[in-house]
Amino acid sequence: MNKYDFLQIILILGVLIGLAPFLGFYMAKVYEGEKHVLFFLRPIERIIYSFCRIDVKREMNWKEYSKSLIVFNLFGLIFVFLLQITQHTLPFNPEHLPNVPWDLSLNTAISFATNTNWQSYSGEATLSYLTQMLGLCVQNFLSAATGMAVLMALIKGLIRRTTSDIGNFWVDVTRSILYILFPLSIILALALVSQGVVQNFSSYVIATTLEGVKQIIPTGPAASQIAIKQLGTNGGGFFGANSAHPFENPTPFSNFLEMLSILLIPAGLVFTFGKMVKSNRQGIVLFAAKFILLVVALGFALWAEYNVSSQFEGAQWMEGKETRFGITNSIIWSNFTSGASNGSINAAHSSLSPLSGGLAMLNIMLGEIVFGGVGSGLYGMILFVFITVFICGLMVGRTPEYLGKKIEKKEIQMAMLAILLPNAMILIGASLSAVLPHGFQAVLNKGPHGLSEILYAFSSASQNNGSAFAGLGTNTTYYNLFLGLCMLVGRYAVIFPVLSVAGSLAQKKYMPPGFGTFATDTYLFVTILIFVILIVGALTHLPALALGPIVEHLLMLTGKTF
Amino acid sequence: MNTLLPGVLLFFVMTLLTGILYPWSITAISKAAFSDKANGSLLYQGNLVIGSELIGQNFTALGYFSSRPSASNYSPVETGATNLCVTSGELKKVIMERKLKGFANEMLFSSGSGLDPHISPSSAHDQITRIANQRNFSENQAIQLSQMIVDAIEKRQWNFLGEPRVNVLKLNLALDAMGNLKGRND
Repeated sequence: MNKYDFLQIILILGVLIGLAPFLGFYMAKVYEGEKHVLFFLRPIERIIYSFCRIDVKREMNWKEYSKSLIVFNLFGLIFVFLLQITQHTLPFNPEHLPNVPWDLSLNTAISFATNTNWQSYSGEATLSYLTQMLGLCVQNFLSAATGMAVLMALIKGLIRRTTSDIGNFWVDVTRSILYILFPLSIILALALVSQGVVQNFSSYVIATTLEGVKQIIPTGPAASQIAIKQLGTNGGGFFGANSAHPFENPTPFSNFLEMLSILLIPAGLVFTFGKMVKSNRQGIVLFAAKFILLVVALGFALWAEYNVSSQFEGAQWMEGKETRFGITNSIIWSNFTSGASNGSINAAHSSLSPLSGGLAMLNIMLGEIVFGGVGSGLYGMILFVFITVFICGLMVGRTPEYLGKKIEKKEIQMAMLAILLPNAMILIGASLSAVLPHGFQAVLNKGPHGLSEILYAFSSASQNNGSAFAGLGTNTTYYNLFLGLCMLVGRYAVIFPVLSVAGSLAQKKYMPPGFGTFATDTYLFVTILIFVILIVGALTHLPALALGPIVEHLLMLTGKTF
Repeated sequence: MNTLLPGVLLFFVMTLLTGILYPWSITAISKAAFSDKANGSLLYQGNLVIGSELIGQNFTALGYFSSRPSASNYSPVETGATNLCVTSGELKKVIMERKLKGFANEMLFSSGSGLDPHISPSSAHDQITRIANQRNFSENQAIQLSQMIVDAIEKRQWNFLGEPRVNVLKLNLALDAMGNLKGRND
């Protein structure tokens, strides 16, 4: 590593820390309906409500909120599914791409509705422009807004007293899109085009190379989709190679912008949270916990990746990486994308060194909370906060509290459910696939890396990340359906428990902090929280990781190949 | 409370906004402001498209600068990486073969996209002798070639972002402009 590597790491982290509070406080104003910079869009918001028969003043209890969410997501899922299986007969398909097979369509529809954006498809070879725009691009916005809405419901549960109302789903979704995702996407999309990301509706270009070979160059409306793919922590690429593709990510600056936008909204939302619970410190401690987990993993991953060069007589390990990004930018990205539930890539994760690949996997397994997905990263973190105050409460023998709300049986049960179910899907899915022919026959690499491929796939799907050790050939009916199920469980087995907790917390009275209250805005709390996260993650996944990335690392050191 | 109607209507409004209005307006603005880039940074010889500045090409002739190895052989419709891992015997074997051919550094490894348009400046310099021999360049021309690489270096963006690199297609275009593929001296 040289001084430029360190400079770039410090810069991206510094800009993130610098921008997150501003965006966070802005978002708090948006959700609380206060005056803000984009207040002039208010008439549009009103027109949307009146057209859609939405009564803004009508508050929902957690069951109504869940029902609205199901309707909204299910309708989106069916729409994307239908678009794909009929795309051949629909317009905006200049390459006359055929209809997508049903199992792949279903997988992709689930993938985008759940904010996972797992790619069993390869965009340029499978999906028409219409499917990309009306299907995937729209779901990028809607699934992100869904995550933000669920977070808002949980925050309202924490700050409201003795009521069953946790807000209005339609309002939360509309505001998330209109004032946050939409304007940021416009800015980012144009910045990306200025760097060379393509944006057009032309058919693919046929070039004759210098050596006289025909080269078909796919284009399309990519920039608009890539902007929201990063900002909404979606991650599904316009092209198969995702953000390693020079048309998705042409320059170091486009790379910087895309990396920043992966974490920008999740990081900002932590400050939104602090603002809304009227204690910025409560937000800052959660930011600190997330930031520490991010930086420690990043440090280890960089060390691991640079050390592989000793296996190749000093040649830097550039397999699967792009020249313009080099190792440092590839590893910053792999940590950002796995910590957030983004899942876009700018280097092939399967070809990362065993430990950096393993750390990306661990980031995902921890539950996508190292900033995590928009909304989901913070409500996932708050579940861990409940577990932490519960454990601390047990130690001193008092009923645990968080932000003046008693954390009781219901909250802990729901938190455990939401943490355990996705993890169970990872372990069940990976172990079944390691013994069933349909599962292990899809593996590309021999040796322990083969297991890592399967384990990564189920972690990525179950925790709604979407990146892959792409050697695994997952476009089979077995994987399309199994991973589809994992994505559904990973999304909704967290969302519904969170909404039910929001409903139960809203009904509770406020308890002013007393002498025995365990303070949750101290660095002692940050430390305990981090350990709780690591212990839950490590106890669940260490055995599997030991058989995959860890043993591969040790064998690599002995020079063993498969 | 009826959730079905608002849900369906809001879905359609949002589809209109984010699926139609948004990509269309971005396309319109891009066409006006960055037309070349929005269309793929294409390079022309006369009316003929010879490729994109951003999309790498395969160069098999020894008289051209070679691009990095590519899992898809520089076919942009099937992009991607090898996905092989550090402990892959198959990969180790091809890396050894590339070494024997005289390549080093990133030229030993396939890129992430399979379309990497760049190589590092040092990998370009490594190829000077081979190219000069193939093209029957005089010593003066070989020095010119070396200067050509230096001129072609794309520095770190704003001197600190990313890695220094040279664009192989552009370098080879400049090389063709120098001439002498068959050699004038013999």
